[in-house]
This record gives sequence, structure tokens and C-alpha cells, in this order.
Amino acid sequence: MQLFKKTTTFDFMAKRKLAMAFSLLLVFGSFYSLIDKGLSFGLDFTGGTLLEVNYPKSVDLENVRATLSDAGYPDANVLHYGTARDVQIRIAPPKKSSDDKKVVEGTESISDKVLIALSKKDADVEMRRQEFVGPQVGDELRDDGGLAMIYALGAILIYVILRFQWRFAFGAIFALIHDVVITLGIFSFFQFDFDLTVLAAVLAIIGYSLNDTIVVFDRIRENFRKLRKETPNSVVNIALNQTLSRTLMTSVTTLLVVAAMFSLGGEMIHAFSIALLIGIVVGTYSSVYVASSAILALNVSHEDLIQVEKEGADQDSHEL
Amino acid sequence: MINKYALWKNVLIILVVLVGALYALPNIYGSDPAIQITASRSAVVDQTLIDRVKTELTNSKLDYDSVKVADDILVIRFKNVENQLKANDLLRESLGDTYSVAQNLITASPEWLQTINASPMYLGLDLRGGLHFLMEVDMDTVINQANETFTGDVRRILRKDKIRYLTVKQIKDTIEVKFKDNETREKALLPIRKQIEELAGETEDRDDAFYLTLRMTQVALIERKKAALKKNITTLRNRVNEFGVSEPVIQQQGDDRIVLQLPGVQCSSCVKKTLSAVASLEFRLVDWKNSVEDAINGRPPIGSRLYQDRQGQPYLLKKRVIMNGEHISSAASGLDQESASAAVFINTNGVGSKRLSNVTRKNIGKPMAVVFIEQKPVVREVDGKEVVTYKKTEEVINVATIRDVLSRRFQITGLDNPKEAQELALLIRAGALVAPIRIIEERTIGPSLGQDNISKGTLSVIIGMVLVIVFMAIWYKGFGLVANIALSFNLVLIVAILSLLQATLTLPGIAGIVLTVGMAVDANVLIFERIREELRVGNSPQASIHAGYEKALSTIADANITTLIAAIVLFVFGTGAIKGFAITLSIGILTSMFTAIMGTRAIINLFVSGKTIKTLSI
Repeated sequence: MQLFKKTTTFDFMAKRKLAMAFSLLLVFGSFYSLIDKGLSFGLDFTGGTLLEVNYPKSVDLENVRATLSDAGYPDANVLHYGTARDVQIRIAPPKKSSDDKKVVEGTESISDKVLIALSKKDADVEMRRQEFVGPQVGDELRDDGGLAMIYALGAILIYVILRFQWRFAFGAIFALIHDVVITLGIFSFFQFDFDLTVLAAVLAIIGYSLNDTIVVFDRIRENFRKLRKETPNSVVNIALNQTLSRTLMTSVTTLLVVAAMFSLGGEMIHAFSIALLIGIVVGTYSSVYVASSAILALNVSHEDLIQVEKEGADQDSHEL
Repeated sequence: MINKYALWKNVLIILVVLVGALYALPNIYGSDPAIQITASRSAVVDQTLIDRVKTELTNSKLDYDSVKVADDILVIRFKNVENQLKANDLLRESLGDTYSVAQNLITASPEWLQTINASPMYLGLDLRGGLHFLMEVDMDTVINQANETFTGDVRRILRKDKIRYLTVKQIKDTIEVKFKDNETREKALLPIRKQIEELAGETEDRDDAFYLTLRMTQVALIERKKAALKKNITTLRNRVNEFGVSEPVIQQQGDDRIVLQLPGVQCSSCVKKTLSAVASLEFRLVDWKNSVEDAINGRPPIGSRLYQDRQGQPYLLKKRVIMNGEHISSAASGLDQESASAAVFINTNGVGSKRLSNVTRKNIGKPMAVVFIEQKPVVREVDGKEVVTYKKTEEVINVATIRDVLSRRFQITGLDNPKEAQELALLIRAGALVAPIRIIEERTIGPSLGQDNISKGTLSVIIGMVLVIVFMAIWYKGFGLVANIALSFNLVLIVAILSLLQATLTLPGIAGIVLTVGMAVDANVLIFERIREELRVGNSPQASIHAGYEKALSTIADANITTLIAAIVLFVFGTGAIKGFAITLSIGILTSMFTAIMGTRAIINLFVSGKTIKTLSI
């Protein structure tokens, strides 16, 4: 089966002003939400205690809240995850750092106390997961995560400058920042949980979106060398059309597996799969519109790729 | 002729696929929850033990799969984790101290696979259930304690040498000594520097007084911190045996942190209580006047007590304690200059050295013993309630003859080898220094969630894969099928490499595999689209295949390298779960390049090489 019998001739770049406006709207909307609402950081970053328990029968959250309140945790965040028999309890870290200064000796952590309180009410409660992250660890994880993102972007920038040219590198980076900001923006707008796995997903998105962008850029570079007469605008257009079915195909296969992960993978990688779903859609769009529009806006021309021409010409005449 | 692979390329591909399949194979058999019983001290693993274990399990109605002895270890396999956990509690209770009982996951693969070192992937805690602790050693306290000791030492040295000082004060990380005149200060410098190498001094004159500010050198600080961390790791090693885990992970992380992972363990409060055990040391004189045999047979003489060392060798020691762990400021192993034999160098603080010199002065030529004492609270869950019992172990770790009057610094020589010296120094430090640790991160995964994660993860890999396979077959027909074969081999290779490396497979790791499955076909999509383009332009099928592969190659390389960069950055900066994701993603990218480019080419060449092809099934 073929999506397009012939190479298509859509004029993608004609709509680039419109796309630019759309992207800007999304990016600014994301920024607004990030500033206004912020991210709903998960336990990994905020520190605190998380407890997941399973009851043999469905359980009323009000009862659980009452039990916790009696045990001295009126501020505990209690909700169902999965089924009505599964309960997730979250308790924020103590405000003062006095609590985490406690030495191992005799320390009975909050989750242990909560678990004991719950099993007194209902002996059949089963502990599924229990986590405690100290406040300083949370801060560190956040800082390290942010650093990782910056390093990844930096390393990619250098690679693309070396392999292509600075206009392409900036085009790629614009697209990546666009994808990351919008993904974060959507997480912020819907207040999805942002934990370590989501951070990993964001970095995977950087990898994925870049993959897409590079394939398009590769074609643009090739076309600039082959199609001497065409304007930069149409060179880019032709490249986009040539790679269109590949772009869609890969997006679809990746979306298929991520959708499988989203619906079957269980709650621990739920947020992770949501991030990937968003990232793949946005990443596909950005490799067509943001990255390519950006290099045109940066006035890319045939001359930019003359230096590397020899290498390319050599490649074409290669017979194995 | 185009579209023909050299023989070596085909052989290489077949070889890689075969070896990959072989090492991925153990994962199909999976693992059984098991209990391992080893004999400690004088006991042996024999038929009597086997019968005893079998009877006890049958009496408690705990089904087991098999009971086998291998390398003096009794291995009992179970059908499910629940029975394993129950049996673990039961057997640990009934077998007591003579045997050590530990739970484990043991591969169910046949023996021939085990002989070629093929084992299943190592599952992370989120997949097998268990406890994860990240602990931090309180270095501020460690350094503060050292400075307190030094302050006392400085005072003592000055007094002993009759150097008059006005005050000796500890101010945060420094020790400030105040003198009336410069001359006395000059006089004081030498003995301090000579006797306490860890301190460096600076002079300062203000307010009509002459100050000497002492501060620990950078080297000394690092050494202290290292020692404190090592001490904690040693104590943890000694104690994790209590939890009955055969593969505990105790790792140093950074300068002041320790990771402790206990697969299969659930009760985090039990572990915390056991970790809070207190270790100490006692130095005692050996009672050489009375015979050990008499003491064993009858009653030990008044003022003496029987002790044992780790091998069970009895010793009769005086009840009076010369000094204990808190009097020791440091212990290190090294080489004795005179005898050129392994030795342990010990430093004591003011009180310790005073006591030590008093006793040793009168007992030169007589033996002295070091006893290691550990008081462990043992916590068990009985009917949902915690029952705490205290278990005190006392072991003689060294007996040596007093050669001279001992005081601030002394050494234990005559040790057989450097390793023995290292172990002794470690034990002495474990009983001596107080280096408090606190838990800064804790994660517990229940066994049912672990099992759920495995089945959900596996299911999403399979479903994701089936979807992609169907899609590719519809879209690219014959070529799609070839890509699907490559994709399957890719999965086999990822599993094989993970098994070979014994890298920890986590749930995000499985996510990495799923993502790779989706992205791996990308290389084939690129190639096939190129081939279609070539065909559209009117090139012959043979030439189109050739050109398609050629032209797509650099694009594939560029695209994959950038993704690899992101994966490597993740690996370097990520922790725990994220690392698992980065590992599988990186491995997946590399293997997919191999299978999607070389693998598919080899298969396609097989069909088209040397033939006249009119149309392609693409």
C-alpha cells in the first residue's frame, strides 16, 4: 500500500506564516501556563512520601482520609488510581528540614506509620508501593534533570553544526525548544504529574524530534546541491514532499507502540507515555514547519552548502 | 554484480543472530522464586537437613517445586513468591543461627545454558519487588567529632611538654590556641605538628595575644570522610545478612552516599531497625593464668569470661575492660617497618591512651584481645504486629602480645597478610567511629506490583510489536515482511545484550525497548521510501534497491547518532530508573542499525541476487 502514488507537490512553505503564528501561539500559551500554573512536580522532585495500597474490596476515599486524619495526617492527598480498590496517598515533606536530619536510629518513616494506621482499620490492605524522597534529593534530581537537558541540546547543536551548517543547527534547536516547551506546557495546563520518567520522556522526545528533523535536513541539503535553479523556498518544499510519507510512516509506527504502552503499560509509565504521545505529534509537526521555516527565515541559500559539496558529489558517484 | 553480499558479511550476520538467540534463550525459561540455605559454623548441608526442611514445609502446607543441593547450598524452588516469603520466615525461625537462609530468584533454564554463562536479564527492584534506600553519611558530625578529639589532644600535648597556653578552643572547623607570647607559640608548633599530622597551623596576632589556628588538612578531611563512608558500608555488609537476601546491593554513590537495595524484602521498618544496630569494641586482657578447658567444662573463674572468635575458637578473657570503641580515633592497615609484616595502626584519644598505658605498663609480654560487639534489634512481623528482640553478638577479632607500654599510637602486628590487616582495621573502625547516617530516599515495591509491572511491560512490548508488524506488512508487503524479520531479531539481540551485560532491567527500561521497536523500523522506512522513489523515476528494481540502501545510509546514521547523543546524556546524568531507560534505548539504537541495514539487506540480496527481477513487492 502506498500513501501517495507519486511524490506529492504540497506547497508546505506557502503556509509557513500561518504555521509560525500557530506555533508562536502554542509556545506563548505554554509559557503562560508554565508561569501561571507551573508544573505539577511529582514526588521525585518535591520530596515527600507516597504510598500505594490495594484493598480486596472497593473502598471509600472519605474513610481512608478520616483514618489518615486520625493518624495525624489531615493534609494527606488521597485518590484512586486504576480501580476503586487502589488508593494512592501522598504526604508533602515537612516544611522544616528538622525531620530529615533525623538519624536512622529509631526513625519510623511516615509511610510505615500510615501503613500501620491503615492496617489497623482493615487488616487486608496490601502495600503495593511506598516511596520517600528527601527534600535535598528532590532538588538535586531537578537540577540534574535540567542540566541533562541543556547538555543534550548543546551536544546536539555541536553535532549538527559539524555535519550541516549553523543555520541548520539553529533550525533544529528551535524545533527542539518548540517541542519541549509545548510538551511541558501541556503538562502544566492539564496539571499532569511531572516525575523523573517524564523527564526521561522529554529527553527521548528531543532525540525523536531531532531524528525527524535530521531526515528532512538531509534531503534539503541534498536538494540544494542537485537543484541549482530552484529557489530556497521550493528546494525546501520539494524535500518536505519527498520525505512526507516517511515522516508519517515513522510517526505512525512509533505512535502505535506508545499507544500500546499508554493503554497496557500500567500506571507507573502512564505519565511517561502521555509525554511521548504529545512529543511525537508535536515533533512531527515541528520537523516540517518549525525547523524548515526557521532555516528559510535564517536565509539559507545554495552558497551555504558549497563547501561540503565535494564530499556529497563523491558519495553520489560511489559504486559498490 | 550489485545486490550481493560478500560471504563474510552473511556469515557474520548468521553468527550474530545465532549467538544472540542463544543468550536470549534463558529469558524464555524465566526464574523461580527460591530459598537458599547455607551452613554456617560447624553445621553441614546433608540429607538430615533436606528431610527436616521438607517435613517443615509440608507441615506448614507450603508447596515447593524441588529441593536440591548444589555446591553445598540447599536450594528450594517455589511456584510463587508468596510461598517463598512464608517459607523464608518459617525456615529462618526454625533453623536458627547454624544455617543462613536467603531468598533469591533462580533461573529455571537448563544446565547447558548455565554452563555457557547464559543467564536471564537482571530485573530491577520495580520488577521483582523489594526495598531501595539511599543513605547519606552525616559528614558534618564526623568532622566535628574529629575536631573535638584533636582539641583534647592539643591540650594534652601542650600540658605534657609543659608549654604554657592561655586557651584551647574549638571554633567550628578550627582549633584556636591562644598564647601570651610569640616564643611559646613557636615552641608549641613543633610537638603539635609532629604528633598530629592531620592538622595544619596558621599564626595570627591580634588583641595583644598570639594565636595559633589549627585546621584539618585537605588530605586529612578526605581521609576522614572516606573512612566514615567505608565504616558504614562495612557495617551495612555485616548486617544485611540478617534480612535473608542473597543478592543485596550495597554501593557507594558520590562522596557521602550509600545505596542499599534488598530485592524481595518488604518490611522497611524492620530493615531500618536492624540498620540502627550499634557496634562497639572492647579491649580486654587475656586470662592466661586459668585454663580455657576448665572454663569450658566447669565454671569460668571469677573475674573472667569465655569468648569465641569467628571460627568458634574459645578464649578466656578478663572481665575488666581496658578501653572501648569510643576511645579510638582512627585505625588503618599498613606495613610494619621493623618486621615488614602486615599491621594495623591504631590511634586513641586522651582518655583511651591514659587507660591503655596504665594497664599495659604492668602487663608487658602478656596477651590482649580485641572484642567486637554488635547489638542488633531483630524485627519480625507476627500477625501484623512488630516484635523486636535484641541479639547481641560478641566476637574476639584479634589477640596479640603486649610488647611495650601502649598509649596514643600503637600497632597490632603479626597478622598473616595485608588482607587480614585490612579486615581487622575495618572491623575496628566499624566499632569505633560514630558516623551517623540518615535515609534520604526510600522506595519499596510490593511483590504483586513487581509482578504486574513485568506482565504489563511484556504485554505492551508484544502488542506494540504486533501492531508495527501488521502495519509494515500491509504497507510494504514483501519488503515489510523482511523488515519484520529484522525487527524480531532486533528484539532478540536487545534481550541477549541486556542478559550478557547483566544490566538492570527496569520498567522504564522496558519502555525504552518499546520505543526502540517503534523507531527501529524507521531505518527500513527510510530505505524503502527511497527504493520506491527510485522505482518511480523509472530505475530497474535491482538498481533501485542498490541506490535506496546507498542513499538512505547517511541519513540513517545522522538520525540515529543524534538520538544516541540524547540517550548517552540521559545515561550520564540520569539516576536509577532513568539509567535503565537510557541503556535499553542506546542498545536498541545500535542493534537496530545492524538489523535494519545489514540484516534486511542480506535477506533481500538472498532473493534478488543474480536474478532478473521485473517488479518488487514493495
